[in-house]
Amino acid sequence: MKLLCFILAVPAVVWAAPPVVVQNATVITVTRGAFKGSILVKDGKIAEVGEKVLVPPGAQVIDAGGQYVMPGIIDAHSHIAADSINEGSVSVSSMVGIEDVLDPEDVGIYRALAGGVTTANILHGSANSIGGKCQVIKMRWGQDAEGILFEGAKPGIKFALGENPKRQGMPSGVGRRSQGTPDNLRYPGTRMGVEDVIRQAFNEAKQYQQAWKEYREKSARGEKVIPPPRDLKLEPLVEALEGKRLVHAHCYRADEILMLLRVADEFGFKIKTLQHVLEGYKVAKEIAAHGAGASTFSDWWAYKVEAYDAIPYNAAIMLKKGVLVSLNSDSGELMRRLNTEAAKTMKYGGLTENEALSLITINPARQLDLDNRIGSIETGKDADLVIYDKHPLSSYAKVLKVLIDGQVYFDRDKDLSERDKRRLEKNRLLEKEKQQQQQQKKQGPRRPAA
Amino acid sequence: MRALSLFWLAAALSAGADDTFLIRGAVIHPVSGPSIENASLLVQDGKIADIGLKIVVAKGIKVIEGKGLHVYPGMIDSATEVGMSEIGSVRETADVSELGDFKPQLRAAIAVNPSSEHIPVIRANGITAAMALPGGGVIAGQASLMYLDGWTWEEMTMRRDAAMVLSFPAINTFSFSFTEGVVRGSYTDAKRNYDRRMKQLREYFESARRYQKAKAAGGPGFKTDLALEAMLPVLEGKVPLMVSAVRERAIRDALAWAEKERVRIVLTGVRKPGNTLADLKAKNIPVICGPTQALPMEEDDSYDAAFSLPAELHRAGVKFAFGSFGNQFSRNLPYQAATAVAFGLPYEEALKSVTLYPAQIWGVDQIMGSIDKGKSADLMITDGDPLEVKTQLKRLFIRGREVDLESRHTKLYKKYLARP
Repeated sequence: MKLLCFILAVPAVVWAAPPVVVQNATVITVTRGAFKGSILVKDGKIAEVGEKVLVPPGAQVIDAGGQYVMPGIIDAHSHIAADSINEGSVSVSSMVGIEDVLDPEDVGIYRALAGGVTTANILHGSANSIGGKCQVIKMRWGQDAEGILFEGAKPGIKFALGENPKRQGMPSGVGRRSQGTPDNLRYPGTRMGVEDVIRQAFNEAKQYQQAWKEYREKSARGEKVIPPPRDLKLEPLVEALEGKRLVHAHCYRADEILMLLRVADEFGFKIKTLQHVLEGYKVAKEIAAHGAGASTFSDWWAYKVEAYDAIPYNAAIMLKKGVLVSLNSDSGELMRRLNTEAAKTMKYGGLTENEALSLITINPARQLDLDNRIGSIETGKDADLVIYDKHPLSSYAKVLKVLIDGQVYFDRDKDLSERDKRRLEKNRLLEKEKQQQQQQKKQGPRRPAA
Repeated sequence: MRALSLFWLAAALSAGADDTFLIRGAVIHPVSGPSIENASLLVQDGKIADIGLKIVVAKGIKVIEGKGLHVYPGMIDSATEVGMSEIGSVRETADVSELGDFKPQLRAAIAVNPSSEHIPVIRANGITAAMALPGGGVIAGQASLMYLDGWTWEEMTMRRDAAMVLSFPAINTFSFSFTEGVVRGSYTDAKRNYDRRMKQLREYFESARRYQKAKAAGGPGFKTDLALEAMLPVLEGKVPLMVSAVRERAIRDALAWAEKERVRIVLTGVRKPGNTLADLKAKNIPVICGPTQALPMEEDDSYDAAFSLPAELHRAGVKFAFGSFGNQFSRNLPYQAATAVAFGLPYEEALKSVTLYPAQIWGVDQIMGSIDKGKSADLMITDGDPLEVKTQLKRLFIRGREVDLESRHTKLYKKYLARP
């Protein structure tokens, strides 16, 4: 299967992407400053960046005079394009994964694209202490479920701490009292229980890992041994232990953040990112020491108790204390304006323009171990580019074009010019349906009722 | 003790009252007229006393140096839950939605907690007044226009009955619940429910009219009814109805109904006005724009449907103001307006729709909404355009009194930034 994907993907890139030159723009590279210049794209990759680039014959030229081009935005936390996100029946749902429920026709993909997002990590929900597997996608609107996968992205898994995973163990609050019968309670119901669930799972995973290790050693020595039974729940956890799967953990309060870091230390694995991490600013030192990244909201707060100490300065404090920080949306709406979310860190905490932009580009790329591919405008990286009419940190900036792998996937002019056509098409279809209904009424039901 | 208070009194007198001062050398943006460079603004007893290039003032008056800074009128959020709800998910802290369908006697102002942590957070972004809205049922109660400063709700109240909140019946075939997500129901059920609601609404207004007559007649059997009594200012056209209507059909219904009932309405929550805009303009009905930073309602709507709605209203000549419809994002009110600018709304209009227009819509433009002589000194001093995210608010005045810009957020920021 993997081989097939590879074969299909390669020609797609070669055929679909003639050389592209984005000209005369203010190029915001994020990692190498900003300047007036051009970008040459070949075979879906950035081939050259400079004040002047040579336009190859047959190239598609995009004149971006007076406009701004920056790397495609990366949303480190999204739930779009997923048919379902919460397998909430068990406290450890590491056997399930988003890859299996991707919906490439979710209009959320197009809307995200129209907001400058080119890559997103699609996460499992936060109902479980250890949730399902994540999937990184590119917003290749129009392609099928395999076509939107970020090929070669390191796999990930969602963890969740605090109110959400313990909710089914101790129902309270609006509309939940009625569910609080002992029959349908699910362990855990406290933050203590959440820690226990994670420790128990990794204890099991270690034993499972050991069993396989022994089996492999023995069979390498030529001994005839029966392999241990495969456990689809523990496999992803072993991958996490071995650094092959990135852990992205939903968390809010400082106590639970610290708990998870210590559990990870105990079992010898790393937390790749803390998600939301609204009280991360209280334990920034510990987060930085562990080497975890933090992906947070710009200014959400007070929607639940564990968000009451959330402050819009969170990103700035963590960044200043050495944490790798990104901003995410967790929302199909907010996702479309992460650029101004980044600008809020200039207002709250005084980050520089470049620091602000790195929160939605190179930093989330690093948090997904994809910074060799995306996150900045550099030669050799994927040509995932966003063109704005104004500086992207301005409240008045609007996305004009978005390229992924050097291909234009969003063009505002095209969107605008096609609106009338789409309206007519819709009216035609509605009319057709009406006529069909009338026809059916005349003819009566096709078959007599049984 | 007595000597001490006398001392303080003397000190206060010699320094001039707190609500009398001069801002000098700033760019003043009255909003009601063109901006004035290098100008001065005199505030006396909490009111704007003078604006000009050179103002001569008495010696000893407090002077605020405004060089390089900008002065704008404070912003007004036309739809919030400010002070009425602290933590959305905790029932005990929420006082927005009361039980029952018709409760015009309920007054939002008295449920505004002046100690709410939200208030300093919201005003730190330049919002000086907000409509506090009750919710739930058909007639939810009276919305109150609150100053975001005061020791008590009474001190905060600008107008207790600024509007009567009415959730206009609509045919909704789907609803949303946290446990079940989007739930689709049948059209027949939705229509039946709608018809029942409309009938109740008509009957309620009929009984209010009968009550009005009975009161005027003053017969011996007349008894005061607190609910119907609260409807009288609505029937007399003194208090507008704040009517939520989202789609074209509901908007048409609401317009026809309001005409028949001869009541003044302000529409809120408008998302898909369809072909009703010319009517709104002709009938002079203002709109409170629902969150501009919102997803389109239908899958096949344009991706920027919500972003560009204010520009559409403006082109049609409909008067509108912005509302945040909550607590958490009230501080982002100016950015709602800015998004509308990115998608076609002229900048001056955007600025007016968070200052002057809401003041006009709520009937308080003699008092607030622009920098004009005689108006309340609700002012923000910024280092730039307040609709731009990165702009910093430097100082804020409500009724001429300087307001502390510290909040739960700035306090936690300072505390933890300093953690060793």
